[in-house]
Amino acid sequence: MVDLGVKIGNLDLKNPVMTASGTFGYGLEFEDFFDLNRLGGFVVKGTTLHARQGNPYPRSAETPSGMLNAVGLQNRGVKYFAENIYPRLEKFQTNVLVNVSGSTVEEYVECAEVINELEHIPGIELNISCPNVKEGGMTFGTSCPSAEAVVRAVRKVYDKHLMVKLSPNVTSIEEIARAVENVGADSVSLINTLLAMAIDAESRKPLLSTITGGLSGPAVKPVALRMVWQVAQAVKIPIVGMGGIMNAADAVEFMLAGASAIQVGTAGFVDPLAPVKIVEGIEDYLKRHKIESVTDLVGSLQL
Amino acid sequence: MMNKTVQNLRVLSNIQLNRDHHLLELQAPVKLEQIAPGQFVNVRVEKSQSTFLRRPFSIYGVDYEKNTISLFIKDVGPGSHVLTSTPEGEEVDVVFPLGNGFSYPEENERILLVGGGFGIAPLLFFARELKKRNLDVHIHALVGARTSDDLMELNSFAQCGEVYSTTEDGSHGVKGRVTDHPALKDRLQKFDRVYSCGPEPMMEAVAAKAAAVDVFCEVSLENTMACGFGVCLCCVTDTTSGHQCVCTDGPVFNIKDLKW
Ligand SMILES: Cc1cc2nc3c(=O)[nH]c(=O)nc-3n(C[C@H](O)[C@H](O)[C@H](O)COP(=O)(O)O)c2cc1C
Ligand code: FES
Repeated sequence: MVDLGVKIGNLDLKNPVMTASGTFGYGLEFEDFFDLNRLGGFVVKGTTLHARQGNPYPRSAETPSGMLNAVGLQNRGVKYFAENIYPRLEKFQTNVLVNVSGSTVEEYVECAEVINELEHIPGIELNISCPNVKEGGMTFGTSCPSAEAVVRAVRKVYDKHLMVKLSPNVTSIEEIARAVENVGADSVSLINTLLAMAIDAESRKPLLSTITGGLSGPAVKPVALRMVWQVAQAVKIPIVGMGGIMNAADAVEFMLAGASAIQVGTAGFVDPLAPVKIVEGIEDYLKRHKIESVTDLVGSLQL
Repeated sequence: MMNKTVQNLRVLSNIQLNRDHHLLELQAPVKLEQIAPGQFVNVRVEKSQSTFLRRPFSIYGVDYEKNTISLFIKDVGPGSHVLTSTPEGEEVDVVFPLGNGFSYPEENERILLVGGGFGIAPLLFFARELKKRNLDVHIHALVGARTSDDLMELNSFAQCGEVYSTTEDGSHGVKGRVTDHPALKDRLQKFDRVYSCGPEPMMEAVAAKAAAVDVFCEVSLENTMACGFGVCLCCVTDTTSGHQCVCTDGPVFNIKDLKW
């Protein structure tokens, strides 16, 4: 028997596999495909204080090994979530995290306050890295002072697990990671999507309504791995790695680079069963390598 | 209704209908439960250098005895090309059934199905289902195409009811577009319901006619999708209640809810 359990600060995960915000809806949409309790946890879609319509269509474009999106945080607001969605999530025996976003520090704070009251939500993932909204979002995550300001303010009102999701669209992701660690983040998750662009040569038009959008999928994996590695050298808090994870080998690579857990995003569009296949694949990997606990993998890159 | 599932389906037959349309019959390894006309499948495209995401296709028919799902596929790009090139015996990875079907007419109603291109697929599935269930519904189908060579499945529609056609070059049926046909132009009030699937400009024109005479009208939309089951929010269309997902709130919409 191998032990798949991991700890991310005060969160206990039965295995290191979570699913990524914005790619897993509220989880309920996946229930036909597999038992969500098999996951270490899942992060529900980006939630803001007030409802948002998101960006106009078209919102996605394909690349040979990934996709761009420009959804822009479409959601019905945190009150709707708390009243209508949350009651349907209480039954799950796994970690259900809410991804929180906003245009101002006050919006982040008020949203986090509402979620703080929800007993079965053990943590939030603070999204300071969404590239698809005009105000707030990524702009908070691209400078140390603004990242610190929003994390410090949320930390004051939120007493459960505070995971901060970092943007790859920065010069030094280690500096941002250190900054949020210093003001009370319990963990960091990375990476959010990479700012990107797609054009249709025939029509000479951009493929996304917003012209630029966020790239995800296997195309970003090498960049994501590099960033997880760099952040692992810079901070002591646990790291949740993501970006292009399609299978168990990818997941193991992130853990070797220093991630304590991982999130699966875009892969679930191509294969809705990818998250559970990755859980099984990690277990196989551990058996094959005679490793007793998955935690032994974390940061164990052989140099 | 059948829950959504991911399965490998075996290609039982792959028949080329004309220059660029294929009919694929896929056999499921699990017992097929009720699938509604208008629902779709999302097919994984392997063996393609340039694609990454699945490709959605409307369901053209379900044979519950043979346990097969048929798809009517136009070879339009790298994704559909891989599928139309899949030989018999090979397997394809399919997520199904997705989305919502057309709403059923009441007893004795007269319905008009208006299709163009591969949009005829869900309409023919619908017509056959209505016929099979022996519902006392009067089915009329209007199929539009550029030339007579592009007109397909007229005989299949004829087995379900009345069939009309238009071609832009006048080589078959009424010359012009579907909206030039008397069924849509002059006699639309005689129908209780209109259902349309095809190129968006065609559906918009049909919707405008239906709205003008206040006849119930449903259209089946087609937007670019990433997931196909409501988690990515990439496939939205503008409705009177805001952005809605074509994959889960549709693909069938009542035109009253659309901002056309
Ligand atoms: C359609 C789509 C929507 C997303 N929405 C969000 C979101 O609301 N909040 C967030 O923090 N990240 C969002 N992301 C980013 C993912 O959570 C993840 O960080 C990114 O896609 C990289 O992982 P992947 O390559 O496994 O998808 C979204 C990604 C996609 C593809
Ligand atoms: S395609 Fe993902 S929500 Fe419709």
